Amino acid sequence: MKWYIIKRLLQIIPVILGVTLIAFALIHLAPGDPVRTMLGQHATQQEIDDIRIKYGLDQPVYVQYFIWLGDVLQGDLGRSILSHEQVTTEIGARFPNTIELAIAATIFAVLIGVVAGIISATKQYSIADYSVMSLALFGISMPVFWLGIMLMMIFGVILGWLPIGGRIDLLIPFHSVTGFMVLDSIITLNGAALISVLSHLILPAIALGTIPMAIIARTTRSSMLEILRQDFIRTERAKGLSERKVIYKHAIRNAMVPVVTVIGLNFGLLLSGAILTETVFSWPGVGRLVVDAVYARDYPLVVGCILVFALVFVIVNLITDLLYTYIDPRIHYD
Amino acid sequence: MGRDKSYNIKAGVLAIVVCGILIAVSFSGCMETTPTVTEKVVIFACAGDADKLDPADVTDGESTARTDSIFEGLVEYKSGTADIQPCLATSWNISADGKNITFYLRQGVKFHDGTDFNADAVVFSFERQYNTSNPYNQYGEWAYWGYMFSDIEKVEKIDNYTVNIMLSRPNAAMMTSLAMFTVAIVSPTNAALWKEDAFKHPVGTGPFKFVEWVKDDHITVEANKEYWRGAPKLDKVIYRVITDPSARLLAIQAGEIQGMEYPDPASFNSITSDADLQLLTQPGMNVGYLAMNNGYGYNDANHNGMRDTDEPWVKTPGYFVPFTNRSVRQAINYAIDKNSIVENLYKGTAIVAKNGMPPFMLGYNDDIVDYPYNTTKARELLSEAGYPNGFNTTLWVMPVSRPYMFDPAKIGEAIQSYLEDVNIHVDIYQIDWSTYLEKTQAGEHPMCLLGWTGDNGDPDNFMNVLYGENQCTLGTAGNMAFYNNTEVQDLLSAALQTYDVDERAQLYEEAQVIIHDDAPFVYLAHANQNLVFTKNVQGFVLNPTARYFFYPVDMT
Amino acid sequence: MTRKRETKSHELIRRFRYNKSAVFGLILILFLVCLAIFAPLIALQDPTPSPPKLENSLKPGFWSNESIPGYPLGTDILGRDILSRIIYGSRISLTVGFIAVGIATALGVLIGVAAGYYGGWIDNVLMRITDILFAFPSILLAIVIVAVIGQGLDKTMIAIGIVYSPQMARVMRGSVLYIKEMEYIEAQKAIGSSNTRIIFRHVLPNSLSPVIVYGTLMMAGAILDAAALGFLGLGAQPPNPEWGAMLSESRFYIVSGSWWAATFPGIAIVIAVLGLNLLGDGLRDILDPRLKE
Repeated sequence: MKWYIIKRLLQIIPVILGVTLIAFALIHLAPGDPVRTMLGQHATQQEIDDIRIKYGLDQPVYVQYFIWLGDVLQGDLGRSILSHEQVTTEIGARFPNTIELAIAATIFAVLIGVVAGIISATKQYSIADYSVMSLALFGISMPVFWLGIMLMMIFGVILGWLPIGGRIDLLIPFHSVTGFMVLDSIITLNGAALISVLSHLILPAIALGTIPMAIIARTTRSSMLEILRQDFIRTERAKGLSERKVIYKHAIRNAMVPVVTVIGLNFGLLLSGAILTETVFSWPGVGRLVVDAVYARDYPLVVGCILVFALVFVIVNLITDLLYTYIDPRIHYD
Repeated sequence: MGRDKSYNIKAGVLAIVVCGILIAVSFSGCMETTPTVTEKVVIFACAGDADKLDPADVTDGESTARTDSIFEGLVEYKSGTADIQPCLATSWNISADGKNITFYLRQGVKFHDGTDFNADAVVFSFERQYNTSNPYNQYGEWAYWGYMFSDIEKVEKIDNYTVNIMLSRPNAAMMTSLAMFTVAIVSPTNAALWKEDAFKHPVGTGPFKFVEWVKDDHITVEANKEYWRGAPKLDKVIYRVITDPSARLLAIQAGEIQGMEYPDPASFNSITSDADLQLLTQPGMNVGYLAMNNGYGYNDANHNGMRDTDEPWVKTPGYFVPFTNRSVRQAINYAIDKNSIVENLYKGTAIVAKNGMPPFMLGYNDDIVDYPYNTTKARELLSEAGYPNGFNTTLWVMPVSRPYMFDPAKIGEAIQSYLEDVNIHVDIYQIDWSTYLEKTQAGEHPMCLLGWTGDNGDPDNFMNVLYGENQCTLGTAGNMAFYNNTEVQDLLSAALQTYDVDERAQLYEEAQVIIHDDAPFVYLAHANQNLVFTKNVQGFVLNPTARYFFYPVDMT
Repeated sequence: MTRKRETKSHELIRRFRYNKSAVFGLILILFLVCLAIFAPLIALQDPTPSPPKLENSLKPGFWSNESIPGYPLGTDILGRDILSRIIYGSRISLTVGFIAVGIATALGVLIGVAAGYYGGWIDNVLMRITDILFAFPSILLAIVIVAVIGQGLDKTMIAIGIVYSPQMARVMRGSVLYIKEMEYIEAQKAIGSSNTRIIFRHVLPNSLSPVIVYGTLMMAGAILDAAALGFLGLGAQPPNPEWGAMLSESRFYIVSGSWWAATFPGIAIVIAVLGLNLLGDGLRDILDPRLKE
């Protein structure tokens, strides 16, 4: 098992390197002279030349790549052109916001999706089944940004139940500890803050989580159906176990295996969706940062965000794989 | 054997989570309407974040919105007007030839960092902008200096509380310009401490002190208890960035914020009918326009704000042959239905503009007859000019709300549609705001939307900055049409150098006639200034310069 | 008299007609295709009138007594008819979706067949590259490609095509691997057919089903992604009536009561994507139940 982990980690490296290669190629493929962009209109030729030497831009491209890679491995992702801050600072400030949103969305998606899928499977061909499956089909056909707008409209504008922007009511005093607002409000025992943060989190989480929820519901259903048909279920039933026990003790456990895989595989969808959800809800996360950075042609920032996204995605996939092996004892990876 | 435990647990968890969310939702409803804070805090929502917090190095209203709480200048505007009164200077003397102004400074004033306000601070604040050998000059662009203050030759300390400003020629607008944010007094000690990062750590003498800046989220300032006029009534002002105008409106309706700028004109009905809100509105001292790049700019190598003979005209990057032709520019004026735009897009919160400054300014020429909406005439002119089949071009459009244009993208699309009708095919080009300013100031656009809010109530601040050929400097231009007309510049310069009000008015009127005929711009509208506050925020007075002054504000 | 044995295509069509979701999906898609083709005949107004009729700005539709005849779903901020824009917008969405999938298929076939057929280190390298592309969330990759090649509808098609090609490559590769094992391929090799001949005459035609199924499902995703790019302002440029762009233009007017401009384009997107998903699901059931995993 340990060797499997190591083997998988090693497999990730060429993928990450490939991502860095693409990211690096981007800065150079993009139109415009990055140095001029960085220094602004009034740069003298001398200043430009100095910067070129300082960043090694007078070297051949492959040398530049390795210099840049070296910087990246030491944690230096360069400076944002617009804000002049370190890219790592900019991303670091917003990263927890995106992660909290993603986690909230995943919790929503898993809870509702799994329950819906199980109900659907156990009552196959009933009205409940058709309803759930139709809703799920709608779910995967909806653009996440439209869903966000509709939720804002119904719950924010028309009903006025929930706020539609920001993370917390600014009048509530709040102290940051880890940067993860939900966690921080719990740690600092700040009830008002926790409530405010959660209420700001609901709509974006639902918007973001709906598509994964639909996918999970469908996968859970087909996985459950598959399992319920199998022989060992029939033996359990023959043994006289109550239907409920059959379902909940055995079927679900086994059906979860492909569901876990699906959650992991669709994490990329979640990250994509986060970009759009954050834009709609003015959520201060990395998704919105990357869109703003692309608008502003702020290439160091764009590249930094790409690396972060790719890294997160790859790590989540790895965790999914490992979780998969843990859950399903029939599979081993010696 | 009883129910399976895992089912119970699952159901239980689900139930708890759902209940928790319901409780949270209902509580949050309570929390937002009755905050149990004892501090008087006004959360003011802005459409964008500040660029920098150094008042001398910015040209945008978002930055000045924040710096106006932190900094002050030698003189300031009287509440609600563009007339000046003493501030950090208690009195002044203008010499007979109009070229020297001596200021007597207020004593006993301290900066927020505890250091004294004195002549050294004043000299520093000015010198770092005009003196290229000053070590702090390299830390900024100082764009506004070139627009308004290039007549200042030298600022020198006479004694600890006396300063003399030497002008190269008389300047009728200079006194009122000195109330502008560009020449607010900053702490030299602070500048020395932070050097190029000083724009993130502002220290001034104003009624509020800087607390924190969370980029793209909020900037907090708190009351300066030692303010020389007495502490402000508010404890804090938080400038919150909410780019989405719907979110701003919902936030103020929900009581999450207490003030906001740039309400959508389409929502005025809901605002005025809301008992908890107040809409503050007045005619704006601004102009929104479509600028056509007339072709040529120059590099102000001598840094004197004027085009000298050794600074030749060069083609701007956005040089576009059709726009060098007056008939084409006039045709475009005829092709756009300004009345429709003002009525339906501005929804009546503006007046149609026929000149480059609003009607209440000194020297406004009301006799000028605006170009009417006439597509036949437009096509005729285009044919005459040699473009019977029209042409293709690009319209640059801002991505943010401006005081003179709430939704530039929509206005741009409307213009695109009008021009299509006369065979001019327009692509829309949009980039982020700071790059937009940078590039248009460098003349990279064939045509662009932009505008201007008056800074000092003086006509020179519109006419000279926007339409004088001296302002066609590549990289820091104020004249976005890169309109070169020496006759106009002479008129404008003469108007600035005389103190005779009637003479000035006449010179400006003449200039407007020429500008109207040359049609370098399409003047669209003078928009009202609109702010929304909750009813419990009292004492805010709109200023024609669209600057926000929170000192007199109180909360009940 | 015995019935003639059904040909394969007859069997497929029969199975199709019994698959309700496939039929429904097909109907939706055909409906949209008709809208797209016959737009000038169906739409009541010019989608981008020039000069604009600004006085019609933000008028509601048939449900309100303030509506204007001829503008059943209301107007947007520039007074343009929402229904007509949605109808013309179908042209844009369907075209973008189709071409993007076309590009993805072309690239995917190239990569997938090469990897699957030749195997070995070619396979390894190509699969590593697709892994890398998979490491990007699709919108992010599309945004980034657009950042390099520029904005606009044509660039959108290319960007999305590139984004979906790894998936198609995987599908092709899987299909090729499966077919490769089949005996008649061995037989072909034994009698000396060239590789190209084998690929074109045997491998590709037999890979048609997965391509059709995944192509349909991918087109659904492509339309969503194109709308997302349009929403972010990176896709179709004004005044094109692209559904995603229409959403982003109109969302700020909801709060002042004009909800229709942002609601109906979204519904249009849902219909298009739903139709394709239903059709794709149905096709998968019919053509290759094996693919259902």
